[in-house]
Amino acid sequence: MILQTTQEGENAPVFVTEIESIPPGQGRCFTVGGKAIALFRLRDGRIFALDNSCPHRGGPLGAGLVGIDFNTGREAVVCPLHAFKFSLRDGAGISNELRVRHHRVELRGAAIHVAVSGGE
Amino acid sequence: MAAACVFNLQSTVPKLVSAREKLLVIGGGMAGARAIEEIEARAPSRFAITMYAAEPYAVYNRILLSDVLAGAKNPEGIFLNSLSWFAERQIDLRIGEKIASIDCARKLVLTESGAAQSYDYLIIATGSLPLVPDIANVATPGVFVFRTIDDCRLIASYAKGRRRAAVIGGGLLGLEAARGLLGHNLKVTVVEVMPYLMAQQLDPESAALLARTMEAMGLEILFEKATERVLGNGAAQGLRFKDGTEIETDMVVISCGIRPNVRLAVEAGLRVERGIVCDDRMRTSDPAIYSVGECVEHRGRVYGLVAPLYEQARVLADNLTGSSPAAAYAGSKLSTRLKVMGVDLVSIGDGRAMGGEGHTVTRYVEPELGVYKKLVVSGGKLVGAILLGDTDAASTLIDAYEREIELPRRHSELLFSRAGAGDPNAAVEAMAESAVVCTCHQVRKSVLVEHIRAGAALDDLCAITRAGTGCGGCKSHLEAMMAAYGSDRADPAASYYVKAVPLDKPALVREIKRLELRSVSAVLSRLGIGVDDPESKPGLASLLKTIWGRGYVDERDARFINDRVHANIQNDGTFSVIPRIYGGVTSPAELRRIADAAEKYHARMIKITGGQRIDLLGVGKSDLPAIWRDLKMPSGHAYTKAFRTCKTCVGVEFCRYGVGDSTRLGIAIEKRFQGIETPHKMKFAASGCARNCAEATVKDVGVVAIEGGWQIHVGGAAGSRVRAADLLAAVKSQDEALKIMGRFIQYYRENARYAERCYAFVERVGIKRLREVLIDDSDGDADRLDREVEAAAAAYRDPWSEGAAPFEPTQFAEAIAVEGAASIRGNP
Ligand code: SRM
Ligand SMILES: Cc1cc2nc3c(=O)[nH]c(=O)nc-3n(C[C@H](O)[C@H](O)[C@H](O)COP(=O)(O)OP(=O)(O)OC[C@H]3O[C@@H](n4cnc5c(N)ncnc54)[C@H](O)[C@@H]3O)c2cc1C
Ligand code: SF4
Ligand code: FES
Repeated sequence: MILQTTQEGENAPVFVTEIESIPPGQGRCFTVGGKAIALFRLRDGRIFALDNSCPHRGGPLGAGLVGIDFNTGREAVVCPLHAFKFSLRDGAGISNELRVRHHRVELRGAAIHVAVSGGE
Repeated sequence: MAAACVFNLQSTVPKLVSAREKLLVIGGGMAGARAIEEIEARAPSRFAITMYAAEPYAVYNRILLSDVLAGAKNPEGIFLNSLSWFAERQIDLRIGEKIASIDCARKLVLTESGAAQSYDYLIIATGSLPLVPDIANVATPGVFVFRTIDDCRLIASYAKGRRRAAVIGGGLLGLEAARGLLGHNLKVTVVEVMPYLMAQQLDPESAALLARTMEAMGLEILFEKATERVLGNGAAQGLRFKDGTEIETDMVVISCGIRPNVRLAVEAGLRVERGIVCDDRMRTSDPAIYSVGECVEHRGRVYGLVAPLYEQARVLADNLTGSSPAAAYAGSKLSTRLKVMGVDLVSIGDGRAMGGEGHTVTRYVEPELGVYKKLVVSGGKLVGAILLGDTDAASTLIDAYEREIELPRRHSELLFSRAGAGDPNAAVEAMAESAVVCTCHQVRKSVLVEHIRAGAALDDLCAITRAGTGCGGCKSHLEAMMAAYGSDRADPAASYYVKAVPLDKPALVREIKRLELRSVSAVLSRLGIGVDDPESKPGLASLLKTIWGRGYVDERDARFINDRVHANIQNDGTFSVIPRIYGGVTSPAELRRIADAAEKYHARMIKITGGQRIDLLGVGKSDLPAIWRDLKMPSGHAYTKAFRTCKTCVGVEFCRYGVGDSTRLGIAIEKRFQGIETPHKMKFAASGCARNCAEATVKDVGVVAIEGGWQIHVGGAAGSRVRAADLLAAVKSQDEALKIMGRFIQYYRENARYAERCYAFVERVGIKRLREVLIDDSDGDADRLDREVEAAAAAYRDPWSEGAAPFEPTQFAEAIAVEGAASIRGNP
């Protein structure tokens, strides 16, 4: 549950999906090696990855609204259950103290690769 | 969360080279955690801190366990300091490790597993344990105490399928527990040994009023019953009392108070009376050992609330870090609030005195309303107060009590907040600047106002000051303060339709039409301030659909998940499916299809809704297209801001009083307006006579049949607010009724703010103005409104048809599995 922003503790990047499977401005959930990971595609094409499960009460973040948060200018997802916000860059809560695990994304052409971080 | 939290952070904490002084904290409760926070705030990283927390969860807000038991909160929702909070400060948090003994001479503690750990300083924060009175057979399964998350879980799982519960103890916690158990479908009996409830805080008269209120919620209360024995062997089956009487029950929760958890201190040879004796700097009889929280006895007093232990934590940190070595704790002045939904009760100091002994008592009692207010004044100062049923004056009184303010001669004025009762806005404005708004964290009005004026949003306000993060009882005051002190100066944005576009609704509509902007992204980039703000998107999507109808460019990222998959998301990520049942009238064939679909797709519950239709709950996202196909019924739009339902009564066809065919009109209303999106949801009803069995006068729009016609009411509510609707018009025929209702819908669509319900809209615009525009056609706009709503109705398309032709390939995809080299699975 400790957040790793470094390369340490992360697994080698694996191919997850092609960019088209995520409509612009939305998220989708993928299970990668048994873990539910939400991938987000901003309208400008950038891709981010977080654990799908919201640290508040487990809401599916992949189904949340995505964009640039008005107050902080950070790339953000809004949880569909109780509207807690999280930074897509590092999983830090925006206006809340929770934190969701973040995973590094590599875009190779249209192929999205994710280095799943943390344990097992 | 459960087991996942149980791990050891030690390995991730780098060994530090510098020899920092070692500080150990025993106890991962609210007091220990707060002490660490206060220490870190004064001297970050000065100590190498290790915290031992015996419970498998740390650190959580124990106060909110009442809400957890009631099912109003999940345990996950009450955590205070996250694990990363500890990790970031390199605090070694040992979850699940219990200390077995303290060796003061060698400055060591021993864990239960036998490991030794040395310290320079030690803080004992072991809290307290539930007091279990001497009752025979009390160890029988089915008997519980109520102190921890685990207790809540055990109680909740034991309650499943059982019918009756007894709570021993009619104090603050006993009543909260009893209320919580009611939420588990149990018949609950409170057993109190005294002749009245909450004997620590209330006098007999207020206690009797409280008992009446609690009984009205469905609790049974027995007084003057001393429990002698738990009946049943193998499982609790009843209670026997000392007077020889018995009751039957399937489970028992004991809530008879607490006793400080002092075993470690006693065995270590520290001075212990009722609690661990501490001086004014929170030091025990050993100068290297401090103590804080419910285990402490200070100047002869032991506390059982959070506010005092937070004060203790501050003083402890001031002393231990040397930041303010003269800081001294002088004891706390207490006020408490009963956290039972539907009961407003605040007790301040000791309000039990009935007069005499230099006390002046002032009371105001309104028994029919359950209102009881009482002040106890001594030497011109407030020494106690009880507020039941109306607690608007609480903040002002708590302030007067804590700061020992000289009271005005006329005490009765203090019983009423200067503003009208029940109006939170006026109530906060009437509060003194120094009034304590959040009693858990002792946050005063002046501090809050300062942050609000500096532009803090509500979230920030709570995060910075911690107000509202304890028992949550002050949340409505915080909101009122935001409204009273926030908007005018801080935030012109209050008038914007959405945050990210600096225009009010009329100006925004004008610009959208002038520039012919048809998609949310176009509006954000042309008229916005350049950010693609997620929370601004749904409001724009709703507006664009109203303006352009079918010509609107549907970008699904602008929509809540509910509106992407046309179903309402549930707390576990599944969805609910509510098909439209026009006017609440169904058929055997329809019911059969519903039954079959529910079975086939494993709906976890089938429920008759408050809107006269049937809800299939707990359906997986990827099953939605198939269940819709099988149901062969259109969407009931129960998930979105749109026309929802029209409730009806049986009307003239069957009812001996009916004067109008309300069933037929209700069906016509649903057929005509289904699918029309509106600023907020709209619910309708049609009643066949003035008896109004369909509750039309508390709906957004309601029609009631009268001799020779129909009355049309708008702006009613019976949800979070209750408001009787205003009469808009009386008309002769069903067609006319449909026409006026349509006109109102369109006017509401064009002029209401996003998420403004009809009740607020009608109140803001005023029924007089609505009658002018919609009935007298003062603006000459009626024909246009009629045409627009006609066009919107004609554009109806059942959103569930997307089940067969998805808007996007992965629209209904659940988690998409990736095995090694990935495969993409679209719509199943
Ligand atoms: C299913 C139903 C309860 C039931 O089992 O009967 C229900 C369920 C929900 N209501 Fe309701 N309301 C239901 C009838 C009502 C009624 C009674 C009625 O419609 O006659 C009211 C009072 C009237 C009113 O609308 O004000 C009602 C007042 C609310 C409110 C308070 C609105 C307000 O401004 O006062 C909310 C919250 C909101 O809209 O922000 C709400 C929100 C909700 C939500 C959608 C909460 C959510 O966002 O998840 C609930 C969805 C539960 C779920 O997981 O599916 N529900 N809700 C009822 C569905 C009726 C239907 O057939 O469409
Ligand atoms: C249901 C409920 C509702 C409440 N409502 C309110 C309210 O509305 N307002 C209010 O002000 N207060 C309320 N309280 C009281 C408030 O929660 C307590 O005052 C507060 O939690 C006490 O904090 P503490 O840290 O002193 O003790 P605790 O929270 O009891 O923490 C002590 C911790 O130390 C651990 N521990 C004990 N011995 C050891 C050991 N040997 N080794 C390691 N760990 C050990 C224990 O497991 C425990 O987790 C409520 C309490 C309950 C149970
Ligand atoms: S269904 Fe309505 S009243 Fe019931 S819990 Fe949900 S929102 Fe609250
Ligand atoms: S579960 Fe995500 S905000 Fe509550």
